[in-house]
Amino acid sequence: METAPSLFSLYFPIVLMAVVAIGFVVTTMALTHAFGPKRPTKVKDDTFECGIEVKGNARSPFSVKYFLVAILFVLFDVEVIFMYPWAVNFRELGLFGLIEMFSFMGLMIVGLIYIIRRGALKWD
Amino acid sequence: MLSEYIFWFLSFVAVFSAAGMIFSKNPVYSVLSLIVTFFAVAGHYFLLGAQFLAAVHIIVYAGAIMVLFLYVIMMLNLNELEEEKKSLYTKALSFFAGGVLMLVLIAVVRRTEELQLIQPAVYNADLGLTQHLGKVLYKEFLVPFELASVLFLSAMVGAVYLSKKDLA
Repeated sequence: METAPSLFSLYFPIVLMAVVAIGFVVTTMALTHAFGPKRPTKVKDDTFECGIEVKGNARSPFSVKYFLVAILFVLFDVEVIFMYPWAVNFRELGLFGLIEMFSFMGLMIVGLIYIIRRGALKWD
Repeated sequence: MLSEYIFWFLSFVAVFSAAGMIFSKNPVYSVLSLIVTFFAVAGHYFLLGAQFLAAVHIIVYAGAIMVLFLYVIMMLNLNELEEEKKSLYTKALSFFAGGVLMLVLIAVVRRTEELQLIQPAVYNADLGLTQHLGKVLYKEFLVPFELASVLFLSAMVGAVYLSKKDLA
């Protein structure tokens, strides 16, 4: 049996991608800060330039609707994640796996219909 | 050898960012430290050979759950002027509860060493791959998987019911 590939060689592409992604962001941000002209004025440093004058602070309670949309997003996000291991083994699991996933999706669709019928995604 | 260094690095990052999450006065900074902790824990999953779990951990926890936490912070009234002072009694009780939880966790970690859940001699390194996970999940753990959809449904109904009470 051949020796197992080392951890570094196994993940080298991912490490390279992460280094390039982070490096690009850091370099562009550093360069723009270094070379960009800085002429600050009172109006420019306002929270909303050319906007409505700011009243109070940002720490006021927001509507619960944002939270509802976010929590529904998380639920469907996790649902899709369950499909990855199933899709990889799609042929091996065969018809049984298909039925399995359909019953899983069926209940999720019941939930989706409930959400839409209750108007949970309507904003007003 | 390299993985050992990575392990120590990730452990330090995880512990320090977790401490930063607790000690930060600003809740948004707490959330950002928690994201760093999640990334470090995802790195640990990678080291343990659980690649799928690591990817899911980043997507779901560092991505979606963190947005949820930010919305929770947005819903709270966080004006510094109105910050309530906790009484000594509350502080003592929370310290006690946290201490008991820590004792339980230490006991569990000690026990895993006794049980020898992971035997390096027979451990299959490909166990954490998506393919293996799928085979186990959709054959052996069929019922829990189907029950998860019921859990999702109840979570949806609960969230909609709690936030849309006027429609009931």
